[in-house]
Amino acid sequence: MIDFSCNHFELFGLPQRYAIDEGALDSAYRGLQAEVHPDRFGGGSDAERRVAHQSSARVNEAYRTLKDPVERARYLLGLRGVDAMDQRDTKLSLAFLEAQLERRERAASAAESEDVAALDAIVAAIRAEQSARQGELAALLDGTGDPEPARVAVRELKFLAKVAEDVGAMLEAMES
Amino acid sequence: MTLFQIAEPEASPPAREPKRAIGIDLGTTNSLVATVRNGIPVVLPDEEGRPLVPSIVRYAPDGVEVGYAAMAHQSLDPQNTVVSVKRFMGRGLADLADDRRFPYRFVDAPGMVQIGTRHGVKSPVEVSADILRHLRLRAETQLGGPVEGAVVTVPAYFDDAQRQATKDAAKLAGLPVLRLLNEPTAAAIAYGLDNAAEGVYAVYDLGGGTFDISILRLTRGVFEVLATSGDSALGGDDFDHRVFCWALEAGKLPPLAPSDARLLLVKSREAKEMLTGHQAAPIVARLSTGDDVNLSLTAETFAGISQQLVQKTLQPVRRALRDAKLGVADVKGVVLVGGATRMPRIRRAVAEFFGQPPLINLNPDEVVALGAAIQANALVGNRERGDDWLLLDVIPLSLGLETMGGLAEKIVPRNSTIPVSRAQEFTTYRDGQSAMAIHVVQGERERVADCRSLARFELRGIPPMAAGAARIRVTFQVDADGLLSVSAREQATGIESSVVVKPSYGLTDDEVARMLQDSYAHAAEDMAARAFAEAAVEADQLAEQVRNAVAADGDLLDERERAAIEAALAEVALRRRGDDAGALRASAEALNRASEGFAARRMDRTVSQALAGRSVDTLVGE
Repeated sequence: MIDFSCNHFELFGLPQRYAIDEGALDSAYRGLQAEVHPDRFGGGSDAERRVAHQSSARVNEAYRTLKDPVERARYLLGLRGVDAMDQRDTKLSLAFLEAQLERRERAASAAESEDVAALDAIVAAIRAEQSARQGELAALLDGTGDPEPARVAVRELKFLAKVAEDVGAMLEAMES
Repeated sequence: MTLFQIAEPEASPPAREPKRAIGIDLGTTNSLVATVRNGIPVVLPDEEGRPLVPSIVRYAPDGVEVGYAAMAHQSLDPQNTVVSVKRFMGRGLADLADDRRFPYRFVDAPGMVQIGTRHGVKSPVEVSADILRHLRLRAETQLGGPVEGAVVTVPAYFDDAQRQATKDAAKLAGLPVLRLLNEPTAAAIAYGLDNAAEGVYAVYDLGGGTFDISILRLTRGVFEVLATSGDSALGGDDFDHRVFCWALEAGKLPPLAPSDARLLLVKSREAKEMLTGHQAAPIVARLSTGDDVNLSLTAETFAGISQQLVQKTLQPVRRALRDAKLGVADVKGVVLVGGATRMPRIRRAVAEFFGQPPLINLNPDEVVALGAAIQANALVGNRERGDDWLLLDVIPLSLGLETMGGLAEKIVPRNSTIPVSRAQEFTTYRDGQSAMAIHVVQGERERVADCRSLARFELRGIPPMAAGAARIRVTFQVDADGLLSVSAREQATGIESSVVVKPSYGLTDDEVARMLQDSYAHAAEDMAARAFAEAAVEADQLAEQVRNAVAADGDLLDERERAAIEAALAEVALRRRGDDAGALRASAEALNRASEGFAARRMDRTVSQALAGRSVDTLVGE
């Protein structure tokens, strides 16, 4: 059984910072699952299996959160008392929103004319923007400054992920 | 009284008799049972040395025939001989693309279609149970006693209804099910452990009626499924059917009687199989009308009529790679599974897509059952030292809830690693709304109407509040079998409601128990004694755990709850002194229920941070 009071970083024995050693995360994850996974308690009692289920689910949740660059940033902000996705403040810069709107329109017209190459290019552009912004997060979060720029970056990355998902759905629809 | 045995110091402990564990591949066309013997997985053949059991059940005038015996009669008695029953598991009549394609007397029932036979109306669960029982008896004869643990495989792309139906069938067949295991994952275990493979592998599994693709990462004994996709109604059967349709057209045949249709379908399948080693195959048959069919199917014609089906398998392959965030170049090897992958057409298409020849150094018919046997052996506790591997699988389809406007809100996205717990908060839609209807759905589409409905339940007794003020936390839990349970809780009052998702047509535990009693005679007393001993061990463990939990986190309990737990503990102690296993189990169950909320709160206390920060959506009320 794991210690449920640990935060995700503590659970995997990692320093609480944005820049993480992915190899260390992967191997800590596999090591923990090897101990707590329900398969280890095949012959156990109901209660043992329930604990195994809960521990294993928690380890999965923690791994998923830390593995994803945006979720990791959001979680780290949360540990510092900042809710990046607070519904009461959903503002994004006009320039950013306009750029995404324009991108979506281009994707929709590419989908209409079944232009796979154009859609692929849009996906690639989004990916490039995502990784550039993720690159900034380490400096924003592991420095000592104001959390606000990091919060904005997380919101924009969430928005980009949604745009990427929509364009992916258009590609998928075209395949079928 | 019994004397305790004490081993001599230094002496090695007496060798433990391994438990009887089996793996079952319940296939659309063929089924197999395997076990691990002296550390090596082996398929258990019949007396004539045949490893496969055709998945065919005939309800004959004088009993039930399974396998080759049933197969021999399929053209003579098509309406009472059920083939490919797996296609109907968890499916309604409306789900079958073309029910006239089958010679059965379908009976539409809520949720799952049923088949009229001379033994009465049979559900696909019962037909599958007949196959599983046949395999269980084969194993018990060869292993010399009752099976102590079984792993049954399912297509990775099976949804919750199909998984639940399979689990019900196994229970009905008297199998102690340790786990439902995804077929491609089973194949990966058998392949990976045998070859000490490392890296990213794709498993392309085209069975008789289902298609799965799984992308796995193998790292030092950890089998991590990164993504899975597929089509639960696409398989070798469809290729047979294409050949059949071609034969109807090429032979200019009129609509056929059921027995002729089955005969021609069998001949079509034989021709398809012959094309694996030949450039042409004859289709020759004499119909009951006296008409003769005499055709020759060339490999080229076959390639033409099956092209679309081959392409249909590549679409999920692309999706799985995309979900795994990997490209074709990242894949180190492609494992082929399922009899239909013997088709040269398929092998070429897979080789072309992945840019490398697929791995074919294992028997595509047997590898799934062998992997299941290895997993069963480990789960039952026969694991040996050094035999230290772990399996991390995923759910194939997103799980969510219906929200306002008939939209599906995804709570657990597809390809989430299981087990998984995920919670989200919802709120009321109207002032004073006192109940909330919760509709659980599975699928990728935005609209609820396009997803599969899994269950509905209601949370009642919400105190009157302004719209949007109530906080209802809905928690989804998917266990290691990929089966879902959902609970809802109003945060302010603590009112709770939950369901283990059982499709409306699933069997209740009582029904399974009754059906079991119908089919088995009970050997009374020693069984009762053994049952009591087993129940006693479980009850003692549970009581101990609850007492420890109360001692550690008693502050989470209110008066009423503490009293309920105390009472349940006392009831267990009372039943423990009796001899009624059923009553003891019931008391342990009651204790389990009484402490469930407490256990959840112990979890909540520490997990809440992890799950915090979900958005609040409006859920449809009534």
